[in-house]
Amino acid sequence: MILHELTIAELTAKLASKEVSSREAMHSCLDRIDAVDDRINAFISIDREDALGQAEAADVVLGQGANQNDQPLLGVPISLKDIFCVKNQPANCASKILGDFRSPYDGTVVQKLKEAGAVVFGRVNMDEFAMGSSTENSAFGRTCNPWDLDRVPGGSSGGCAAAVVAQECFGSIGTDTGGSIRQPSALCGCVGIKPTYGRVSRFGVIAFASSLDQVGPMARNVRDTATLLGAIAGHDSKDSTSVPIEVPDYVGGLDVNLEGIKLGLPKEFLGAGIDPEVQSVFEAALKQYEALGAEIQEVSLPHTEYGVATYYILATAEASANLARFDGIRYGDRVEGNDPFSLYCNTRGKGFGDEVKRRIILGTYVLSSGYYDAYYIRAQKVRSLIKQDFDQALSKVDALITPTVPYTAFKAGEKTDDPLQMYLSDIFTISCNLTGTCGVSLPCGFTSNPKLPVGLQLLGKPFGEQELLKIAYAYEQSTPWHKERVKL
Amino acid sequence: MEYEAVIGLETHCQLKTKSKMFCGCANEFGADPNTNVCPVCLGMPGVLPVPNELALQLTALTGYLLNCEVPNFAKFDRKNYFYPDVCKDYQITQFDFPSTTTGYVDFEFGSKIERVRITRAHLEEDVGKNNHFDQHSGVDFNRAGVPLLEIVSEPDISSADMAYDYLNALKDILIYGGISDCDMEKGMVRCDVNISVRPKGATDLGTKIEIKNMNTFSGVRRAINYEVPRQIDTLESGGSLVQETRRWDDDAGITETMRSKEHAHDYRYFPEPDIMPLRPSEEWLAEVRSHIVELPLARKQRFIMDYSIPAQDAEVLVGNMPLGAFFEKAVDGSKNPKAVANWVINNLQARLVEAECTIDELKFGPEAIRELVEIIDCGAISNKGGQEVFNELFNNGGSPKDIVDARGLAQVSDSGELDKWCRDAIDTNPGPADDVRNGKENAINFLKGQVMKASRGKANPQIVGEKLLKLLKG
Repeated sequence: MILHELTIAELTAKLASKEVSSREAMHSCLDRIDAVDDRINAFISIDREDALGQAEAADVVLGQGANQNDQPLLGVPISLKDIFCVKNQPANCASKILGDFRSPYDGTVVQKLKEAGAVVFGRVNMDEFAMGSSTENSAFGRTCNPWDLDRVPGGSSGGCAAAVVAQECFGSIGTDTGGSIRQPSALCGCVGIKPTYGRVSRFGVIAFASSLDQVGPMARNVRDTATLLGAIAGHDSKDSTSVPIEVPDYVGGLDVNLEGIKLGLPKEFLGAGIDPEVQSVFEAALKQYEALGAEIQEVSLPHTEYGVATYYILATAEASANLARFDGIRYGDRVEGNDPFSLYCNTRGKGFGDEVKRRIILGTYVLSSGYYDAYYIRAQKVRSLIKQDFDQALSKVDALITPTVPYTAFKAGEKTDDPLQMYLSDIFTISCNLTGTCGVSLPCGFTSNPKLPVGLQLLGKPFGEQELLKIAYAYEQSTPWHKERVKL
Repeated sequence: MEYEAVIGLETHCQLKTKSKMFCGCANEFGADPNTNVCPVCLGMPGVLPVPNELALQLTALTGYLLNCEVPNFAKFDRKNYFYPDVCKDYQITQFDFPSTTTGYVDFEFGSKIERVRITRAHLEEDVGKNNHFDQHSGVDFNRAGVPLLEIVSEPDISSADMAYDYLNALKDILIYGGISDCDMEKGMVRCDVNISVRPKGATDLGTKIEIKNMNTFSGVRRAINYEVPRQIDTLESGGSLVQETRRWDDDAGITETMRSKEHAHDYRYFPEPDIMPLRPSEEWLAEVRSHIVELPLARKQRFIMDYSIPAQDAEVLVGNMPLGAFFEKAVDGSKNPKAVANWVINNLQARLVEAECTIDELKFGPEAIRELVEIIDCGAISNKGGQEVFNELFNNGGSPKDIVDARGLAQVSDSGELDKWCRDAIDTNPGPADDVRNGKENAINFLKGQVMKASRGKANPQIVGEKLLKLLKG
């Protein structure tokens, strides 16, 4: 048995039977990180002592006879994107600007993970302030795709995906504002879900675009993803946008029977621009679904082509305000100036990376007097139209099915000079954030040369995570892809 | 040429809530710097605002008290600007869909009732306070996130005195509604003034100039009294005015340029995505309406009308809310409201001030004043005896009747005893008695005095007079 290769379900069973301890599980992750992370660079920092302390505390609870039925993640090491606030731990958002900032509080997701018994450890790399699709925009260096170190892991939760696939942790929690969970899950070959907006609390998550951000888990298979989602979902009085809807038993709802399930194929997603190999892997997945009893029908999302533009107006507008607080006055790295204005300019000029600056400038511009109506207001209107498209399509089918990304992992540096090309890698994932609905990405095969994972995306109804996970699970269980382990 | 001033006011007042607008920190004045703070009101990474329910209710209540509409849709917006006292570098406020719109305030100005229309009253968060020291500056965020109501008037005000009276009327309404303590000393109310001047009778508005930084009503009055002539002088001397924001320097008593229109901030307002729009239900609004109180002006008019008390007395009773409430209870069922008002204003209020205590600490209830007035009115005790009863009430409590009995203060009206005192007085003072008989009626006062002396003040003076006359003149 290679401990770090286990799924969460396998690990919790072994923890319950005392075959392994949480400390051993945590150690296996730390050893693995020591062995591979100089190549992957998924982790920005790790508080080993704290991690082992939590694991030992879990072992005490396990020793008293508790198991995963009491706490679904009891003793399971889970890593966190560098966007979550954990008390007394750094939270840099992969930016220089936060300096040696340490959060004075635990965010809700962290609290929930701890309540579920998880050993919450590590600060996992990302694009700075979650702005990017390749985890290259990080003040802590780029993260590499475990399948090909020259390639990107996707982003912005690229560190999460890479860490899960490189078996440096048993699961990871990321955030998804335009595809930031699903796109790296697809490019690295793991499962990742972006829940419905309001399903998981955003309290304690450093905001990028408040109306689009949503927290979600990434893991090696659908069941583990369901377990993690069940642990972090739920209403939170500290987040006014979280929704008081009961959290179903996601794991208990997993089922391989797809009889009567209808999947919608959005015709607008299938135009030019999809890599032929990705296309053929995707078509095979469609056939597999049909073989499992699902019915595939074409649906239309007529405003799809406006998704990226709409997103980059709204997301940057919100970001320009959300990132204003990083001003050097109260925390983070300050660069002094002769007056407050020059202090701001110096601090922010030095602290933010190029992509973050680009988006702040864009967001400031679209909100400016004289441009607001033409950009922000119009984008809000288009957002409503895209929402209507989804409502209509999802009234006819149980879920939409698309490739997650039009291509596989690209080479590092390939798109860094062409922001627009980078933005287009989110073309299939972005609408789901604009509509606030849920979406999952799961492995559906590999390209042959080089061997790179391809992701399948399922888009569901509001608060339809259970149905979505079920549809994903049935496919996963009938295919071998989730069992593929990268060789490092 | 004769000019007229056109003035509108933006009044910010802190709401009377226990906690801040978007977090659980205490809304409290005077604590050590940065002690009433938490990650939320410090704008730490990752935090989210959760609106204070009471603040939302008080805002809607203000709307009702200011005769506003309370729309069934409102939202919060972000007002973006960088300043060290703004912890997130944006302020959460309400921009295009405020919680209340289009109302008015009626108030007494001179001998008339004036009306100033209210454009809106919207809810926002207060900011921190910058403190400047010799070598550095510091920010105290205790105030950051305190719920702040901004009440914007239409430019219906034409003079400094009118602005002053409007502000006082507004303040009284807010205190009456339990919306704000409006304590100026604690910076709970702050004003911005928009002023323009134009030739008298003109319909077009002149160039608008905004004055900031006034934290007393008298400051507002002085600023207007400075600014209006300044603007008129500028125009009279052939100059022109530019739209600008000016700062009131209270010490120097002048306004000075802060920033011109070209340097006006672009606040880049947009909807606050962290807070869902407000859609108050009919049920919620009904609950808010159950807290509507009588406005000070209406109360004053009612006091004058219902109790036939002088306007001056009514004003005192309205101006001091607890005293007015006490009066209302005392006067309930009384046949002599005027006397009740007199006791409450002239005796009770004075003693409260003297003893430095509040009405809640009184040892007697309002019904005691009603009873006291009744006992005096029916002649059972004299006014002087009334004073003694009141003093006893104030010092030790009890009921007026018991005090009268215990202290033997009852006036003697019983004819047997009075007859004896009167006959004695006539017998021992034949001179004055003859004077009365001979038509010098004033002489009766001497005899009366003798009877009062004999009775040690307890004889009812009115009956004594009647009895003496009867005995002397048959």
